Order: sequence, then C-alpha cells, then structure tokens
Amino acid sequence: MSGAASATSTLARPEQDPSVRPPLVLGGKRVGDVTRLVSGIVEGKTPRWWWPVFLFTGGITAMCFAMIGYLFATGVGVWGLNEPVGWAWDITNFVFWVGIGHAGTLISAILFLLRQKWRTSINRAAEAMTLFAVMCAGIFPGIHVGRWWRAYFLAPIPNSNAIWPNFRSPLLWDVFAVSTYAIVSFLFWYVGMIPDLATLRDRAKSKTKQFLYGLFALGWRGGNRQWRHYEMAYLLLAGLSTPLVLSVHTVVSFDFATAILPGWHATIFPPYFVAGAIFSGFAMVLTILIPARALFGLKDLITTRHLENMCKVILATGCMVGYAYSMEFFTAWYSGNPFETFVFVNRAGGPYAWAYWTMVTCNVITPQLFWFKKIRTSPWLIFALAIFVNIGMWFERFVIIVTSLHRDFLPSSWGYFIPTWVDILTFVGSFGLFFTCFLLFLRFLPMIAMSEVKGIMRGHSLIGADEPMDVHGRGPIAAHKHKEARP
Amino acid sequence: MSQVSIPMPSAIGGVAGQFDTPGELLAAARRVHQAGFRRFDVYSPYPIHGMDLVMGLGRSHLGWIVAAAAAAGAVTALVLQWYTNVLDYPLITQGKPYFSWQAFLVVVFELSVLFAAFAAVFGMFALNGLPRWHHPTLTHDLFTTATDDGFFMLIEAADEKFAGQQTWALLQSCGASRIEWINES
Repeated sequence: MSGAASATSTLARPEQDPSVRPPLVLGGKRVGDVTRLVSGIVEGKTPRWWWPVFLFTGGITAMCFAMIGYLFATGVGVWGLNEPVGWAWDITNFVFWVGIGHAGTLISAILFLLRQKWRTSINRAAEAMTLFAVMCAGIFPGIHVGRWWRAYFLAPIPNSNAIWPNFRSPLLWDVFAVSTYAIVSFLFWYVGMIPDLATLRDRAKSKTKQFLYGLFALGWRGGNRQWRHYEMAYLLLAGLSTPLVLSVHTVVSFDFATAILPGWHATIFPPYFVAGAIFSGFAMVLTILIPARALFGLKDLITTRHLENMCKVILATGCMVGYAYSMEFFTAWYSGNPFETFVFVNRAGGPYAWAYWTMVTCNVITPQLFWFKKIRTSPWLIFALAIFVNIGMWFERFVIIVTSLHRDFLPSSWGYFIPTWVDILTFVGSFGLFFTCFLLFLRFLPMIAMSEVKGIMRGHSLIGADEPMDVHGRGPIAAHKHKEARP
Repeated sequence: MSQVSIPMPSAIGGVAGQFDTPGELLAAARRVHQAGFRRFDVYSPYPIHGMDLVMGLGRSHLGWIVAAAAAAGAVTALVLQWYTNVLDYPLITQGKPYFSWQAFLVVVFELSVLFAAFAAVFGMFALNGLPRWHHPTLTHDLFTTATDDGFFMLIEAADEKFAGQQTWALLQSCGASRIEWINES
C-alpha cells in the first residue's frame, strides 16, 4: 500500500524535517501486524516472569485483606489515629489513589476531544489503571468509618432509623463523585474494548475463549451501521468524562477546602488538586507502561515519543503544583492571619518538615529534569523519576492532611502522628491489589486499543478527524500528507 | 482477482465481497448506494470516515437520548435531595437553609453525568441491536478478518433492488477481490 511507502520515507529522517510529524506507529507496521502483536500477548503462552510476579503481588493483596480483617475484628485503634490527628494514612491513601486514576481519564477523554492521536497507544492501559486505582481508593473510606457495618449510611438508602444523609456535606458529594467516576470509567473502558474483544473472539482457537470473548464482545461485527452509533457513544462518553474527571478531584478537595481548618481552607484547592492528580497519574502510567512495553515488545506502538509527551505533561503539571505550593505560602503571609501563617511555617519548619521537603524535592525539583530531551527520551531514567513523583504525591497528601491537623489551635492539644504496622501494611497491600489487577488485565485483555491504533496509522482514515476523503481511496493519504506537511 | 460467479443457492441472506483497502470499500459503498441499495452494510476493523456520507446515513440520534437522560438525572438528584433533606428529614446543619440548592448542585451534576453515561452505552447497544450473538457475518468464513484487517460489504437479499447475479456483478465491477453468497442464518 502507498501508505506504507510514505511512512518509511518519513521514517528515514524524522529529525531533519520538523514540519513532518513522525509516525505514531513505528517499524513499518501494517494493520494486521497490530492485531497480531497485541492479540499475541493475550493468546501466547504465559510469559515466564508472569507467574512469580503474580504470586508476589497476590500475596501482598492477601496481606491487605488480612489487615482489613484485623481492623474489622479489632477496631480503628489498630491504626495510629488519635486526637488531634483523626485523619491520616486512610485519607492520604484514598486521595493518592483517586488522583492516580485521573491520568487514565485525561488520556482517554480529554486528549480524545483535543484530537491528540498519540493517545490511542496508551489509553486502554491507562483506563485500566484508572479503574484499579479507583478500586484501591474505594477501600480506604469504606474501612475508615469505624463502625464499618454502618457504611451503608453513606448512601441514601431508606432505613429503619428514618434518617437520611446530609446532602449539604462535601463528604457525601464525595461519595457521589467517586462512585459516579468509578462507574463511568468502567463503562468507557468497556465500550472502548468491545471491538477489540470481537477481534480476540474471531481469533480464538479454544471453545472456552471463543465463548467468553464472544460473550463480552456482545456480537460486535464491525459494520458501519454499528460504528456510526459506536463512535457517537464514544464521543459522548469522552464529553461526559471530561467535566467528570475535573469534578472528582475538585470534590475531593472540597472535603478539605470547606473545612475551617487553616491549611485546608483554601480556594486554590480544586485546581491544585486536579493538577496534582494528573501529575501523579501520568507518573503511574509511566511506572507501569515502561516495564510493560519492554516485557511485551511493544516499543513500536508505545514509542519514545509517547513517553516524551507524557514527560511533558508531568513537567507542566509539576510546575502547576509547585506554583500552588508557593501560592499557599503567599496567601498565608498576605492574609495576615496568624493561624494560617503558623500552619505553613510549621509545615515547612515544624516536626513534619522532613515530609514537606520530601514532597517539594520529589514534586517540584524532580520534574524539572524533564526540560532535557535526553532525559525525556531515556525510558529507565523516566521510570526512576516517575517513582519519585509517585512518592512525592503521596507525601503531598500526607503533608496537607497530617501537618494541618497535628497542631490544633491550643498547644495543649498538639500531637504527632506515627503510623502503626497495620497502617503501613494496609497501604503496601493496596499496591498489591493494584498490580495484581493490572497483571490480570495484561494477560487476558487487549492492553492496546487495536481498533483505534489502526485508525490512526499512516494511509488509513483518522479517528476523530473529519478530513474529506475522496472516493478513490487516495483521499485519506493525500489529505494526511497535506496536513503533515503544513508547518 | 475476480471470480467466476457460482450458482446462487436457494435460500440466501445476501451477497458479500471483500475489498483490499478502505478507499476501495468507500468507493464501492458510494456506487452501491447510488445504484439504489439501502439494505447493505460495510464491515471494517475500524470506522472509516466519510462512510456515513456515502451510505446516506445521517448523524446518529444517540445525542438526544443522552441529553434526555442527563435531564432525568438532574431531576432525580434534585427530587432526591429535596425529599430527603427538606421534606422527610429536615435537619439544620451549619445554619444553612433546608433547600440549599447551591450545595445540591454537585450531586445534580454527578447524577446527570451518571445517567447520561448509562444512556450513551445502553442507547448505543439498543441502536446497534447489541447484544446479538448470532448473525451470518459472525460465522461465515469470508468475514474472519473483518475485525483484523479485512474490508467487506454485504448486500442483503431483502433489499428491493437485490437481483441475484446482477448484484454479484455489481460487487465485481466495484473491485471486490472475493465474492460469496451468504446464507441466511
């Protein structure tokens, strides 16, 4: 096909001509190659590394549930919570995990609306990551309520006590925001996967696989009369998810911002939380995709360019987060409020200064390294820096929550929170759950959106683009070339 | 490339052809539509843009279903909050009025999005007739690569214009590389 020829001609010297965009899929791949490469991961033999890693993460998951069981059997006293710090690791972990999820929705919805075609190689895995992160997040508010057998009070369910939850409370908004987010993310992920499940169904050799993939592919046939409604549904879901994802961390930040506590009561919180969520989420996407692309040989689909783009997002959001940190200090000083000033001086110089400066180092200084193209294009260096960002963002939530609480208005009610082994193992265990789910996803579901990648390959019509096509089939190529050549 | 047409079986669902590129499929769809056919569909591993236009299909109506669901979500949320916090269990918290509509907007937004997302998914299923686990194109040998890298067209025998061998010839003249009769399932 002439599309392949045009792809190789630009492949030869992508750096020399800045007006020509490098192709999104490398290695001169054709449509069928994408199917074989991505389906091959699911169809092939289980890689040797998979079982040991799975058993390891599975063990950590079991530990998480053992800790939760211990908590349920004994009570919240097994955690380090005590006056004045009534919220610590539980809510830190919750906010951390919810934030991680945001990158998946950003990639799948916002970049779709902005017609960022490079998203197609990474959106499936990022959306899966969103789901698993939200699952991990959901654990913590569920178990921190103390009387966990009354957790159903969170939902407006008619009950014999004849009481209803208070809808004027941001904590209840949070229940609605996070559960809506979880459901909509799942729907978006599943709808996006239907054509690829059909591909797996059509390629499946065993009866069981044919049945299972066939069941969940719902009888998808790839007819244009189906694609028409399918694409509209996908566009609408992207349009719905975009404000939704921005609302979720906004509402999470309301949990804090609507309280009168100095250190929490700040109007900058919603945008600051959303930027931080995207920042941490992209770091987690890189943390899981860099090993995955290496292990499964997907470097032609998830290219260095993809990694570089994500690094740029981290750099931008890292700067926003850094701006928010400094603006908090400015507001504390400019407000002239002694309590507000105290909280921030205490944050940077008090007993939790070590946590504050860990946060600043990881979140503000680390991403600055992404100004260098050399660093942005070295996968394992990116991987290391992404880990720093993950650590930094966990500390950000810890700093916001614990340092604002631990020195109450009266010095007689000052305290210092120390986590117990149960706190620590529950949090570590949530990583086990996250990675176990992700390993299962890698093994049994298509980790790259095949139908979407095919649509953006050179010489094929473009998903999300509406260039007129001429009927001789040379249209999309000609239109594509014309567009690519534009400076 | 082109085959000699084989005799038409007695009970058929239609005639199908395979094309080598999306462009050829698009051109064929335009010709088949111009020839007056309405009950035909093209199958491709990814959506081909411009296809709706040449097949004479308008914009999907899914948007209206979703808009209605979003409105229903908003109303549900308002009624839920009004009933629980104003009518059934009025409780003064933080000195706010019982009907604090500003505070209720968050849940109104969330439920609108939730209802709309369900409508987008299940509305799409309904418009597409999904789930449907049996269809001639799901079992026929010709269509095995429709979800991989193949491009196909199926003209149904139920179409008024369908005329057996002539329709076969039409597909052939459109440049189909392989043509087969499809049994009704």
